[in-house]
Amino acid sequence: MSHAPVKILVSSGSLGSGVREAEVQAGLALGAQAIATDAGSTDSGAAYLALGVSKNSRGAVKRDLTIIMRAGAQAGIPVIIGTAGQAGGDMNVDWTRDLALEIAAELGVRPRIALLYSEQEKAGLKRLNAAGRIRPLPPLGPLDDATIDACDHIVAALGPEPYIAALEGGADLIIGGRTTDTAVLACFALMKGMHAGAAWHAAKIAECGAQCTLRPGDGAGVLISIDDTGFEVEPLSAQNRCVPDSVSAHMLYENSNPFRLVEPGGVLDVTHARYTALDDRRVRVTGSVWEPKPYTLKLEGASRGRYQTVMLIGIQDPAVLSRLDEFHDRMLAALYQRARRSLGPDAGDFHISLRLYGWNAVSGMPPPPGTPPPREVGVLFVATAQTQELATQIAKACNAWFFHFPIVPDAELPSYGFAFTPADIERGPVFEFRLNHVVELDDPMDLVRTAWIDLAAQEAVP
Amino acid sequence: MTTVKDVCRHVRSKNAGPYWVTFDLFFRDRAAFDRYSESPALGPDLFQRLFDADPGLVQHHRVAHLHVLKISYARVTAQGGEVERDMHCGQQFVRLLDVPLD
Repeated sequence: MSHAPVKILVSSGSLGSGVREAEVQAGLALGAQAIATDAGSTDSGAAYLALGVSKNSRGAVKRDLTIIMRAGAQAGIPVIIGTAGQAGGDMNVDWTRDLALEIAAELGVRPRIALLYSEQEKAGLKRLNAAGRIRPLPPLGPLDDATIDACDHIVAALGPEPYIAALEGGADLIIGGRTTDTAVLACFALMKGMHAGAAWHAAKIAECGAQCTLRPGDGAGVLISIDDTGFEVEPLSAQNRCVPDSVSAHMLYENSNPFRLVEPGGVLDVTHARYTALDDRRVRVTGSVWEPKPYTLKLEGASRGRYQTVMLIGIQDPAVLSRLDEFHDRMLAALYQRARRSLGPDAGDFHISLRLYGWNAVSGMPPPPGTPPPREVGVLFVATAQTQELATQIAKACNAWFFHFPIVPDAELPSYGFAFTPADIERGPVFEFRLNHVVELDDPMDLVRTAWIDLAAQEAVP
Repeated sequence: MTTVKDVCRHVRSKNAGPYWVTFDLFFRDRAAFDRYSESPALGPDLFQRLFDADPGLVQHHRVAHLHVLKISYARVTAQGGEVERDMHCGQQFVRLLDVPLD
């Protein structure tokens, strides 16, 4: 028996990136049954998980969240948010929860809110690791307790099951911790029993919003319609178009493998998917396959490392620009010598790097022989040391050498272009992801904690 | 001498999670894809030479209907680490453009 398609409004690529009110209204008019979006990813680095802070500004997230919460209340359909607050740690979820409560009060709406926490206790992970339930993904090796202890925050990337449980529990608004982008967008259609391969594949195509359209700059969101045999995707913007190549090419984006995507509880295989234009703006996709596998969740852990202090100068002196590689090597040696002499053994095992923007800073590789000198370069000094105080002391010790280092010995000392005072800027710690592991689970709900805030019920209390 | 930029209409690079980097080479047409997408010049050795990659952790995927060769390798330094110069690896494609193919 065939069912009517399930329509999911994907409001933008990420909450806070710029949802468009007119697009959301267009999606509702097309019969959207849920609004779903992710609100982050690991893409921008480990700092957001380690610190529990958002990448997007509070104002931008509040603006987008207001639009979709109002639309959800207007249409009486659930609003589903995953990877809240960029990293999906508990602090990121609570930050988003507080925004949602503020918005609900401002709009005068009373949603039943489900909070899905996916941050993990270290002791619990150590037990799972000791039981052999955690295994590494390349390029990392087996997990040890010291690595778990080194992390500031660890999250498990949830699958769709906690979202489905929350929807079945009557949630109007779900604010989820770290979740795979696809699970957030696929959960509603999976709950409705639609084709699993199509639901997961549609979610992957829509995860960056209008990125799968012909002109991603001309819109923010898309509508995915999932049925018993496949799915359709169309832009929410009337001016934009989806074409078979714009849709299928999205499987390449930020994916190491364009054909197979490992998800909690299975693998999406799109090797034999067919992409067909339905008209000039809608594409239908069939042939996506979901292969069920033993249930696993991916773990992400972020830690802070050593501290950095930076300085920046600009150089336009042609005498320096004509000998940049030599200048770099000689200055770096001089700065190391200066820092060691100034701080002595107290400096510990520090690191200094000089990056010549305008020459070779981005790659760090020597430019080909014969490369003409640039018009100017910016030189970024980066001191890395065990503490912030030490990194700053190294920068201060190097300040005059960095500022005046001559390319011609015994000439009058040059002065390069500092842009700021004080010249040294404390950058804080280095943040890194430490885990690339999966944990095997008996029950998809094992590592999630669900909390409810029922605003309707609270208001009903006299 | 034919280079990557001679036979591709678009080349891009991007992080794929914190531990992998992926390149998409969009060849100009089917003929260019057929002739060069299996070129040994784009093999694991190239990524070892340019990015210090472990040749055993370099993957090649051919997406024929898009005329795309996707190549992914495992990063050797942590994203955002002490010596990071390109968090999202979005500029690494430049080092591929002048690679000679024949």
